[in-house]
Amino acid sequence: MTQVERYRARERINHWAIALCFVLLALSGLALFHPSLFFLTHLLGGGVWTRILHPFIGVLMFALFAALALRLWHANWITALDRQWLKQWQDVLAGRKERLPDAGRFNGGQKLLFWVMAGSMLILLLTGIGLWRPYFAPLLPITLVRWAALLHSAAAVVLILGIVVHVYAAFWVKGTLDAMLGGKVSAAWARKHHRAWYQSLQDRQP
Amino acid sequence: MSLQSLDIVSRSATTTPSPSVRTTLEIAKLIDVSSCIGCKACQTACMEWNDVQEEVGQNAGSFDNPKDLSDKSWTVMKFYEVEPAGKLEWLIRKDGCMHCTDPGCLKACPAPGAIVQYANGIVDFQSEHCIGCGYCVAGCPFDIPRISKQDSKAYKCTLCSDRVAVGMEPACVKSCPTGAISFGSKEDVRQHAEQRVTDLKSRGFQNAGLYDPQGVGGTHVMYVLQHADRPELVALPKDPAISPLVSVWKGLTKPLALLAIGAAALGSFFHYIKVGRNEAEKPEVTDKVET
Repeated sequence: MTQVERYRARERINHWAIALCFVLLALSGLALFHPSLFFLTHLLGGGVWTRILHPFIGVLMFALFAALALRLWHANWITALDRQWLKQWQDVLAGRKERLPDAGRFNGGQKLLFWVMAGSMLILLLTGIGLWRPYFAPLLPITLVRWAALLHSAAAVVLILGIVVHVYAAFWVKGTLDAMLGGKVSAAWARKHHRAWYQSLQDRQP
Repeated sequence: MSLQSLDIVSRSATTTPSPSVRTTLEIAKLIDVSSCIGCKACQTACMEWNDVQEEVGQNAGSFDNPKDLSDKSWTVMKFYEVEPAGKLEWLIRKDGCMHCTDPGCLKACPAPGAIVQYANGIVDFQSEHCIGCGYCVAGCPFDIPRISKQDSKAYKCTLCSDRVAVGMEPACVKSCPTGAISFGSKEDVRQHAEQRVTDLKSRGFQNAGLYDPQGVGGTHVMYVLQHADRPELVALPKDPAISPLVSVWKGLTKPLALLAIGAAALGSFFHYIKVGRNEAEKPEVTDKVET
């Protein structure tokens, strides 16, 4: 079966480094967010270590995401076709691919998720700095710290919801996980899920 | 169990009720601003009883010494020169934790049991459980808790919970030479305050009154103020309450967020059950099954 390259090694390493950071951040953040989940602080070595490490991992994740986003933002620019794709979300969920407009390298849903991630991570970074003790929070007026706390939680929930969808989509659409693990997808996969992208690859062949 | 005279009725980051069968006397401390002479005996007594001593600092241009509350100064006399009726008044207020009935610090704290409220009304920090996140600072409507630079733990007035537990009054009360600070059951203290207010009114302070703000459910440190209509004269908030930002953050968002995340995960699972795997290649069909 013919295969085509979808992600380079560099992109895959970058992606999984972000994923690891995200798991640590989401679990340690939820631990401080809801009392029922405080036991998750053990993941990073207790409550105090969670308070100390969470912000540093957060900055690392933002930097890693920024590196990936710089390479991919152009491919994630939302076009009229993507908007049409998103409008037909019921066809998407039902798996009626034939009714959807042909997707490029990324489909409308992936692009939307990209911008949701970019936006929420930017909010998380800025508000996270505002909450960061002992370094930055003491320098800010208390109202700003309160806003930071609220917005940090809200943005985190949006990001976590986005990632739940992201992970599920990768699990549902068979072959997707292989793309991020080994970098390659089958021609059939590319033809079915990203026809316009597949076409452009074909056109480039001599 | 904690000392029985210090039954805990409320505990930070805890979703189930604390032992609440026993009832105990609700206590309060009253600070009569009109009888304070600014001698700072209370500050000294606080340092001595609690074994905390601030580094000697710089004069900040006023009698406030140290300039503000800190991890080692749990109470500070604040001096205000004001002219509320065109006449100079020198008001001196002992600043420190108000021991709210509805404490914003406890509500904001994410560490189970790092902040507790005793049945007698005292709000206490159990510093060994403190993780140093500073949420209590964001939660407090009175700007009281201080995070130590030394150990990243939060500190504030304990209302001498250790003394109160064995039937003694707080150290500051014990040391006050004018009786400006008194201590007892909240009921008794309120009565004493009423007498003071009546006396002040007869001396021309028509707006004298008790500061026991109901926005935080009342407090267990109360003030008698000469100008209770203008508490801002002594830098007290007029209608203190837990900030709505903190209430939403610590109230609505918690169940909503967990519900949304749970729903997304469950929704995904059942979507898979309903729609099945999304496959690019159809497996080759070798046997035709008549339907």
